[in-house]
Amino acid sequence: MDILDILISASFWTAAIRIASPLIFAALGELICERAGVLNLGIEGIMVVGAFAGWLTVYLGGGLWFGVAVAMLSGMAFGLLHATLTVPFGLSQHVVGLGITLLATSLTYYCYRLALPSVTSPPKIEAFQPYEVPFLSDIPLIGEAVFSQTPLTYLAFVLAVVVSITLYRTPLGLAVRAAGENPAAVAAQGLSVTGIRMGAVMVGSGLMAVGGAFLTMSAFNSFFFEMVNGRGWICIALVVFGSWKPGKTLLGAVLFAAFDALQIRVQQTPLGADIPYQIFLMAPYILSILALVIMSRRAQVPAALMVPFNKGER
Amino acid sequence: MNKPQTNSITRRRLLGSAAVLLGAAAFAPKAAFAADKIKVAGIYTVPVEQQWVSRIHKAAETAQARGDIEYTFTENVSNTDYARVMREYAESGNTLIIGEVFGAEQEAREVAADYPNVAFLMGSSFKQDAALPNFSVFDNYIQDAAYLSGIIAGAMTKSGNIGMVGGFPIPEVNRLMHAFMAGAAEMNPDIKFQVSFIGSWFDPPKAKETAFAMIENGADLLYAERFGVSDAAQEKGVLAIGNVIDTQADYPETVVASAIWHFEPTLDAAIAAVQAGNFTADDYGKYSFMAEGGSSLAPLGAFEGKVPEAAMKLVMEKEAAIKDGSFSVTINDEEPKSS
Repeated sequence: MDILDILISASFWTAAIRIASPLIFAALGELICERAGVLNLGIEGIMVVGAFAGWLTVYLGGGLWFGVAVAMLSGMAFGLLHATLTVPFGLSQHVVGLGITLLATSLTYYCYRLALPSVTSPPKIEAFQPYEVPFLSDIPLIGEAVFSQTPLTYLAFVLAVVVSITLYRTPLGLAVRAAGENPAAVAAQGLSVTGIRMGAVMVGSGLMAVGGAFLTMSAFNSFFFEMVNGRGWICIALVVFGSWKPGKTLLGAVLFAAFDALQIRVQQTPLGADIPYQIFLMAPYILSILALVIMSRRAQVPAALMVPFNKGER
Repeated sequence: MNKPQTNSITRRRLLGSAAVLLGAAAFAPKAAFAADKIKVAGIYTVPVEQQWVSRIHKAAETAQARGDIEYTFTENVSNTDYARVMREYAESGNTLIIGEVFGAEQEAREVAADYPNVAFLMGSSFKQDAALPNFSVFDNYIQDAAYLSGIIAGAMTKSGNIGMVGGFPIPEVNRLMHAFMAGAAEMNPDIKFQVSFIGSWFDPPKAKETAFAMIENGADLLYAERFGVSDAAQEKGVLAIGNVIDTQADYPETVVASAIWHFEPTLDAAIAAVQAGNFTADDYGKYSFMAEGGSSLAPLGAFEGKVPEAAMKLVMEKEAAIKDGSFSVTINDEEPKSS
C-alpha cells in the first residue's frame, strides 16, 4: 500500500479518531485546569485511576455508563487533592502534580491487588461496541471514519464543543478564564478565585480520568498497569499545541493520532524494510514537536498560569 | 508489594541455611539440609499476570506446593530499583533468587558478586560468566514449540499473509518469531510476513491498533506475542497463534494453537543444584527446550480436526525428531523484518 492509498482509506481515519479519543478527553481536562491557572501534572496518574476505576466497576457488575461516572468521580477526588495543595496552600504545581501521578499509579496498583489477589490474566469486561449513527454513517469515507465509532468517541467530540461554548459564551467560562489571566480582577468582582480554580481542577481531572477509562472500556476491555503509557504527557503538549483553545487542541489530538495510525501502516510498506522501526515509533512525537514549534509561536499562555493567588495580597 | 514470610526461624533451619550459605558441602549437616526446604525469592519487573513472568511464578508455586521450597516474591519492581530488592532478599537469607534482569544486566551481576553464597537464576539476554559462579542465566528458549505452531499457521493462512506484533526486538522475542516463520515456511515458502514492534510490553490498545493495520493489509492470521493482538483478530474474524501461555479459553474461535513455555524443568534443575551444593554459572536456557519438557504445543482444543491433516502429520514428525535429537530448530536472535 502506498502512503497516499493509506491516507484516503476510511479504515485509516477510523483508527486515527479511535486513537485520538482518549487524548481528546484528557487534553480538554488539562486545558480547563490550565485556563484557570493551574498546571496539572497529575494527568498521567489520574488517567491510570480512571482506567482502573471504570473497568473495575464494570467488572464488578456495574453498567458501562455507570463505570464512566465512577471513573470521573475518582478522577475528581484526585483533582480535589491536587487543587487543595496547589490552590489554597499555593504549593509548587510541578511537585504536587508529579506527586499525584506517582501516588495515583501506585495506589491504583495497590487497589488492583486488593481487588484481584491472584488472577492468571487480567479479567475482561464487555466493553463499549461501535455504534453506527443512522444515515450519517452511510456518507463515504467520513461516515465510516467518524460515525462508526464507540459512544465514548462521540462524547469526546461533543465535549469539545461543550467546553468551547462554556469557556467563551458563559459567565462561568469567563470567570474560569479570568482566574487564569487576572485572578485579582476576579476577586474584585466578589468571586472566589480559590473556588473557581478548585472547581476547574476537579472537573478537568474528572475528564482526564474518563480519557483513561476510554482505554479500558472502549479501546480495550481489560486493565493493564502500564497501559496509559505516556498518553497523559502527550496531552500536556497538545494543550500548548492548541494554544489553550479547545478546537485547536482537538485538532492537535486528531493530528497526533493520525501520525500514529500512519506510522503503524507505513511500517508495512517497502519503506518499512529499510528504516528501523524505532524511527516510525518516534515519528508522531517528532512531527508533533515540529507542529508545536510552528503553532505555538502565536500561542497565548494564560497570564496567571502557575501563579498562586493569595486573597488580599498586593 | 511484599508478601511477608509466615514461618518462624527454627534453630535447625537456621543451621541448614547457614550451612548452605557457607557452602560447606563437605560437612556432615549436608544430608540434613538437602532434605530441607530452601528459601527462594522471585523478583519481577511486572505484575505476575504478565505472560512471561506468570510461567516462572507458576513453577515456583508448584515447587512450593510440592514442599521443595519456601517461596516469596515481589512484583512490579522497576529496573532502577531491581538491585536494591536483590540485596534485600540476599540479606534476608534466601538461598536462591530468581527473576529477570533484561533491564538491569550489569547491576544485577554486581549484586551477585557481593553475595557469593546466594544462587541467582536470572532471565537475561546475555550468557553466564565463569568468573561469577553464583549467577546463572535462563530464557524462554521455546523455539521448538514456536516452530511447530508456525507449521500450523502456515497451513491455516489462506491469504498467505501473516501479521506479527512484538514488544521489543530482544533475543527472546526474535528467536521465537524466526522459529515461527521457519515453521510457517515449511507449509508454504511464499508466505508474506508483516512484522511490527510497538516499543512497549504493556500497551494492549496499541498492539491492537497495530494488529488492525496488519489485517487491513491482508493478514488473515496473527502471531500474538502481546496482549491485544488476539482481540483484534477476534474482532475482525481472523485467526491467531498464541505464545508462552495458552489463551484459547479466552478466544475459542480465534486462537488455533499456542507455543507454551514450562518453567518447571528450569527451576527444578536449579533447586536440585542448590540442594546438592553444586550450583555454578550455567545457561539454564536448555531446560526450556522441548526435549527437556520446557516447551510444548498447546492442545488444539476447539480447533481439533480443523487443521489440515498434512500439517498435523508434519507437526508429529518434527516433534518426534526434535525430542530424539535428530532435528533442531535454528536459533536466530536477529531482529526479524517484514517480507
